[in-house]
Amino acid sequence: MKLKNYRGFIILLLLLIIPLVAESNYLYSTLVIIGLYAIIVQGLGILMGYAGQVSFGHAAFFGLGGYTAAIISTRFHWPTLLALLASAILPGIIAGLIGRQTLKLRELYLALATLSFGILVHIFFNEGGELTGGPSGMSGIPNLSIGSFEFDSDQKFYLLVWLILLMLLIGIYNLVHSRTGRALCSIRESEYAAENAGIDCARLKLQAFVFSALLAGLAGGLYAFYVSFISPSPFSFHTSVQFVLMAVIGGLGTFWGPVIGAVVVVALNELLREIVPLLIPGAGGEYQIIIYGVILVGLMIFQPKGLSGMGQYFRIPLKKQLKADVKIRG
Amino acid sequence: MRKITMRLKSKLWLALLLVLSLLISACSPTKEADVKSTGGNEPYKIGAVLDISGNSSSLGVPERDTLLMMVEKLNANGGVKGHPIDLTIMDNKSDETESVLAVKTLIEKGALAILGASSSGTSMAMIKTVESEKVPMISLAAASSIVEPTSEREWVYKTAQSDIVMINKIISYLKKNNQNKIAFLYMNNSYGDNGKKAISAAVKDSGIDIVAEEKFDANDKDMTPQLTKVKASEAQVAIVWAIPPSASILTKNFKDIGLSIPLIHSHGVGNQKFIELAQGAADGVILPIGKLSVTQQISDNDSQKKVLESYIADYSKKYNAEPNSFGGYAWDAFNLLVNALEKAGPDRVAIRDELEKTQGFVGISGVFNMTPQDHNGLKEDSAVLVQVDQGKWKLIE
Amino acid sequence: MEEQLLQLLFTGLTLGSIYSIIALTLVTTFNVTGILNLAQGEFVVIGALLAVSLQGTGMPMIAVFIVSVILVAILGGLLERLTIYRARGASNLSMLIITIGLSISLRGLALLIWGTETYSLPAFSKGGSMVLGGAALNPQSIWIFALVGVTLTGLYGFFGHTFWGKAVKASVYNQTGARLQGINLNTISFLAFVAAGGLGAAAGVSIGPITMVTYDMGFMLGVKGFVAAAIGGLSNVGGAVIGGILLGILESFSSGLISSGLKDAISMIILLGVLLFRPEGIIGAIRERKI
Repeated sequence: MKLKNYRGFIILLLLLIIPLVAESNYLYSTLVIIGLYAIIVQGLGILMGYAGQVSFGHAAFFGLGGYTAAIISTRFHWPTLLALLASAILPGIIAGLIGRQTLKLRELYLALATLSFGILVHIFFNEGGELTGGPSGMSGIPNLSIGSFEFDSDQKFYLLVWLILLMLLIGIYNLVHSRTGRALCSIRESEYAAENAGIDCARLKLQAFVFSALLAGLAGGLYAFYVSFISPSPFSFHTSVQFVLMAVIGGLGTFWGPVIGAVVVVALNELLREIVPLLIPGAGGEYQIIIYGVILVGLMIFQPKGLSGMGQYFRIPLKKQLKADVKIRG
Repeated sequence: MRKITMRLKSKLWLALLLVLSLLISACSPTKEADVKSTGGNEPYKIGAVLDISGNSSSLGVPERDTLLMMVEKLNANGGVKGHPIDLTIMDNKSDETESVLAVKTLIEKGALAILGASSSGTSMAMIKTVESEKVPMISLAAASSIVEPTSEREWVYKTAQSDIVMINKIISYLKKNNQNKIAFLYMNNSYGDNGKKAISAAVKDSGIDIVAEEKFDANDKDMTPQLTKVKASEAQVAIVWAIPPSASILTKNFKDIGLSIPLIHSHGVGNQKFIELAQGAADGVILPIGKLSVTQQISDNDSQKKVLESYIADYSKKYNAEPNSFGGYAWDAFNLLVNALEKAGPDRVAIRDELEKTQGFVGISGVFNMTPQDHNGLKEDSAVLVQVDQGKWKLIE
Repeated sequence: MEEQLLQLLFTGLTLGSIYSIIALTLVTTFNVTGILNLAQGEFVVIGALLAVSLQGTGMPMIAVFIVSVILVAILGGLLERLTIYRARGASNLSMLIITIGLSISLRGLALLIWGTETYSLPAFSKGGSMVLGGAALNPQSIWIFALVGVTLTGLYGFFGHTFWGKAVKASVYNQTGARLQGINLNTISFLAFVAAGGLGAAAGVSIGPITMVTYDMGFMLGVKGFVAAAIGGLSNVGGAVIGGILLGILESFSSGLISSGLKDAISMIILLGVLLFRPEGIIGAIRERKI
């Protein structure tokens, strides 16, 4: 494994140890949620940041994963680990089926198509009758277990989710610095140029789409096991928008962007909930919503490349990238 | 030059790391000292998770207002045996994931018990946490699955009547009037879905047939298509399980297309807003409801009358508005908890046990009799049937 | 049965009138600026809520309508100067996200001012529904269609016969060319948002009597308008109106004849079909044939 950007990983690892010292279930669960979102946004980041395709339907894959895990483990009583695997694979297959046609669309049309796919899946959750539990959802999803080891505490779940995320990060790091990664980038810049350079754009875009759906599904499966209750409402269009926001806030096409985006959006939500009532006594969610929106708009105006673009000073020079830049300029 | 920038960079990195770790340690709530050892007049901490913003905010807001009023009043009168109540209310934005995070925060902060959440989904999402952390929770939502099966809901209670209580009330009314062909219309969300489940179960052996069953979305702006189907069916009465504004729109459409069969609504429309929004179309509508809306009309012998009157007086004095049944659920939950706290003291297990032993507690939604098999404790006598008459509720039994 | 079908058609027209007015406002901004304004639904809601408050002061309905349109038009212009103008030159995606941010903040603001209550607005004409051929028609939908008609005529007149209209058209076809001719694109974007605000408020006040008004309904209305606009071709004003009417009729018939739970699914499938096989929208198709 060629890991040049090791410092970022070391810092992440150090940061991950801190909560273990604090031993707070609240902190664990916040981090579990952040971790799950980060997994989804990582996939979305590949799709949007590298392959240049927008999706407003990823909550659907998140939900499909969740429902797959819930249905398989409670209705068919499969081992939970198998259910978790299925929760990643099924959304992947569905993405493969719809992706070929949909990804031909560009920009707003793609956004619209993914949006309508998301709404369709959401309707399916509501109308699924006995299978999905309808609008009331399904409860009593068992704990995730591997053999006799049960993930029954926030701490264990925290470690699991972040371990998955860490492995994912290493994988993606290698991916974006491989031929495939560069090929994806070239699609974002210009599909025509990429085709001329002998890149099979349609196939690569589809692979990125399937990969992102797999990750969203996996996160959905983990979510179902973590909360043990699932209903259609967390998988609506709003959630899809939220994921896109995280990807953009963190910075598209940057390696740490998705993680930063997930951390910032969730932490901002939690911080606003704590801080706003201190500043304005008796204030409820309405102030939080306003401030959240204002921050979002401000960020897009003053830092359109996302937060990781802000880290100019912190950026570790990726020698390869720099060299490539020089070449293009020359 | 390059060296200097490099050094600067690593310093900046270090600084970032420091700031982040500080932030995280600041965010993590400090562990509470052992709750049991609180002596003297230390406050009792309780938490509430309510749907104050988002889709179910019309439930969460009156609940929040009621709780704030109750705490203020209780603490002004010396609290629970000299201990003031320290209530933290958190907004889950009607979101299930936020609900989970909020309940964990509250438990972390040492809450002895949790009130909420306001709607079924957000309540269900909290159950795993309170069960595994062993913290009593009193939900303000209606779905019976929140407290059933009680073997898996050891720590969970609720104050809103289950739908079956209301449905039974309607069924006996139908039987009295010899109406046995009904059309059932419901909102396509968990409120409507629970109503549908309850009525399908209730009509099974009653000789009543559901001859038309239609649903509509909470966002729908016109229910005429569904009603034309009802019109074409041979239903003798239409029953609707929905909340305003869609319940009001439906009532308007019902009158517009000239349907003349009786219209029965659920307790979900039990506030003045429904009548107002229906703009005159609500007259004649029949519905089962808690006694709060018809306090003045119920008999003076009713054990709830005094409680209802005092709640209305307190609430209208403070907020200059009439309270509604959602606020009533919060009133009940808060007082059930205060009662348990008085007997049990600051001990989660003892509070839970006391909650389960609650007998003959006179609240806003009814008289509560909890048992190990019934974590709601309300029976049919907690509801009455009313009819809208010239824009006012009129008790019809 | 015939009566029932007629009733479904009337209901479809009522819904269609709502969707088409919103689609119309969306497409107007999109045509002129290339920005899909996801805060459009919020303009509609704020317009309607302002009307509720103004009406409470006892103003006559016509004055309420005008004041609310003016206020939201100002709001639209103000927001454009504060956000879109400052971010000019940013990517389409950034612009989209800015409008999402605006919609979130505006929703919060509406919640803060008007709370979670549902409000109703009085219909423009007195008296209940009209009965035609045994089916009821909501007279308010005729008012909405009148508004759609006036707006369409206004837009065609503006684009065809005024200097600014031609300037806008020119800048849509070729931005650099337009700039070389001395057309100020920033002013055009500003005017587009003023118009979006004003039209949004007009839409809000006129649909309010049918839909009732809650602070959070803007998002769903926006999405429906978005879908209607896409069915009509996204950059075609006439198409937006027809797309809206079609969507309304489709919803009404599918919930009346098939299943109310699946009506949104049916419109989504139609939308996907249009996107995949006729991305220029159904109107594009008809036009081609005409020529």
